[in-house]
Amino acid sequence: MDYHFHWRPVFQKLPELLQASLTTLEVAVLSMIIGIILGLLLALARMSPIKPLRWFATCWVELARNTPALFQLFFFGFGLGAFGIHFAPYFIVLFGLSFNNAGYLAENFRGGFQAVPDTQLRAARSLGMTIPQAYIRIIIPQVLRIVYHPMTNQMVWAVLMSSLGMMVGFRELSGETQFFASKTFRIFEYFAVTALIYYAIVKIILGAAKLASIRLFRY
Amino acid sequence: MSNNMSFFSGFQPHDLLFMAEAAGQTLLISVLSISTGTVFGIIFGWMLQSGNWVVRAILGTVLDVFRSVPLLIQLVLFFNFFPIMGWPLEPFAAGTFVLSLYTASLVAQVARGGIEAVGKPMRRAARSLGMSYWQDMRYVVWPIGLRAVFPAWVGVALGVMKDSALVSVLGYVELLRASQILITRTQEPFIILAVAGAFYFVLSYPLSKYSQKLEERWAS
Amino acid sequence: MIEIKGLHKYFGDLHVLKGIDLNVAKGEVLSVIGSSGSGKSTLLYCINGLEEIQKGAVIVDGVDVHAKGTDVNKLRQNLGMVFQQWNSFPHLTALENVALAPQIVKKHSKTDALEIAAKQLKHVGLGDKLNVYPNSLSGGQQQRLAIARALAMEPEYMLFDEATSALDPELVGEVLETMRMLAEEGMTMICVTHEMGFARDVSDRVAYFHQGIMEEIGPPEQIFGEAQSEHTRKFLANVR
Ligand SMILES: Nc1ncnc2c1ncn2[C@@H]1O[C@H](COP(=O)(O)OP(=O)(O)OP(=O)(O)O)[C@@H](O)[C@H]1O
Ligand SMILES: [Mg+2]
Repeated sequence: MDYHFHWRPVFQKLPELLQASLTTLEVAVLSMIIGIILGLLLALARMSPIKPLRWFATCWVELARNTPALFQLFFFGFGLGAFGIHFAPYFIVLFGLSFNNAGYLAENFRGGFQAVPDTQLRAARSLGMTIPQAYIRIIIPQVLRIVYHPMTNQMVWAVLMSSLGMMVGFRELSGETQFFASKTFRIFEYFAVTALIYYAIVKIILGAAKLASIRLFRY
Repeated sequence: MSNNMSFFSGFQPHDLLFMAEAAGQTLLISVLSISTGTVFGIIFGWMLQSGNWVVRAILGTVLDVFRSVPLLIQLVLFFNFFPIMGWPLEPFAAGTFVLSLYTASLVAQVARGGIEAVGKPMRRAARSLGMSYWQDMRYVVWPIGLRAVFPAWVGVALGVMKDSALVSVLGYVELLRASQILITRTQEPFIILAVAGAFYFVLSYPLSKYSQKLEERWAS
Repeated sequence: MIEIKGLHKYFGDLHVLKGIDLNVAKGEVLSVIGSSGSGKSTLLYCINGLEEIQKGAVIVDGVDVHAKGTDVNKLRQNLGMVFQQWNSFPHLTALENVALAPQIVKKHSKTDALEIAAKQLKHVGLGDKLNVYPNSLSGGQQQRLAIARALAMEPEYMLFDEATSALDPELVGEVLETMRMLAEEGMTMICVTHEMGFARDVSDRVAYFHQGIMEEIGPPEQIFGEAQSEHTRKFLANVR
């Protein structure tokens, strides 16, 4: 083996890599927020009596779940270009991840809604609550509890998926790593450090989620 | 270019064939990685369940790393690591290697869940009937555990099939890479991506529906 | 006063209530008995508008429950309901369970709502469980929590749908005791029940339902002593 590892240039770029990690986190968190809102709406749409609404939601969910995330990114990246729609790399990743998150979360939410007995809705209504009040105060908090664990997993997925930014020219952690690595040809060293950073991010997210769950769910 | 937005100019029938072949490559690398990964995953899962604490700690951590680092990074890392060790690998081989490991890390978790799903009391009952450890594994844990985790395994397998698109980063021409090549040539991104998406959908959707059905049937 | 006039209820083709006429006066306690599937729960749901009706009318204090312009949410505040499955809200403490509706439906301030809730919980004997989550309460306690939750809306009527049938036998007593207390305080109550002792001792009148028809109604002495209908006698012979 006549390869010599050079770690120094990587460590010199550590501040930039950590900065890029924040971009990774930012896009992952934003895509989760959008994904949760859209996922809730999609779950409700899939249970709605209005056929076109159900159909639309089903298409979204099945497309998101049955095609690769990278494919979805490409679609926002240049598939829509055919219609003259062009997004900046940041938005390609954000929209792609949000689309994917929403599809997966919608299924989780649907399971969550089904797991809350409908007698809960009856009880809330019998107290004079309106349907929106019953959903917001009674049903959705219970659903969120049920889907908390899958939601944490999805957040981890969002972080891992955001690395696809590298493939569409977005300089989050992976893109930034790729950028430096290609300049110095220290590809292995750069990506090894980046792998460690990802591992740390994932562990921090899981730890934080666990702590939060202790505070959030006291029942 | 938006003036001549004819969907047919660049995209020709034999391009479809090209994509079908690429879909075959996707299928090939997926099947290879999923089967290898599943075998190792089951072994790892069993070790995680029944090994001593040293095995559990080390193996558990290693597998956890594979689940916590983006697959894309793993691919780039290993692809560049092999030449350093003196064995340069083709993109296909390197991709299969990484995908298999990745699959194994996911299957290990599923397999351990399966063994745990069988539960201590049932296994104790089996042993009390005079079954040996391996008989218990073969006739009790395996059939019951398999049922419990089969849907989860299908989920992992389909995930890996979709994730195989990432091997394109190494230059391996699978379905998504083929689409990119065609898009560059024809400038017809929408229709080509639609075709690629349809291929993936056809590979994934029926199986995922089937496993969902099974899960519902077994649940009741 | 609750007035039920010629009430018909269908679930699709299933004719569940076949022309019910019934008045319940203020302060009255009515027990509804009858075999499973005879439409007792459905009757309660029709009274507070949780179910649509196909014919007839339900009028509560002069307001037609099923008329177009009726504000059912307002109406339900006056009709407390307790279910067979106690339906406590698992994500809220006992106090929050009871305080929520006064706060968001009646628009009381949070402090007022909490005060009302604490008062009602003490009333049903849960004064020491204010900050406990339902999953650490027994079934009987959860059912009393449900009663307190309904009472916190200060309803004039209470509807009980087999409030004790899902409880372990040793827990039935405490809930019946609470219901008896309410009756003594003068609450107007309609109680669907399988507890014949309660029906006999506490209610002013007992109604027997059979396959969607109110076969017989009268004071407990009549129903339990000299029932007119063959069906009623058979039913009572079986439950004893
Ligand atoms: N939502 C519904 N959809 C269709 N049928 C229903 C529905 N709810 C009740 N039914 C039917 O209506 C009939 C009356 O039901 P109801 O619950 O009122 O009976 P019940 O007298 O309360 O019986 P139980 O003692 O079992 O509670 C039953 O045949 C029941 O199957
Ligand atoms: Mg009933």
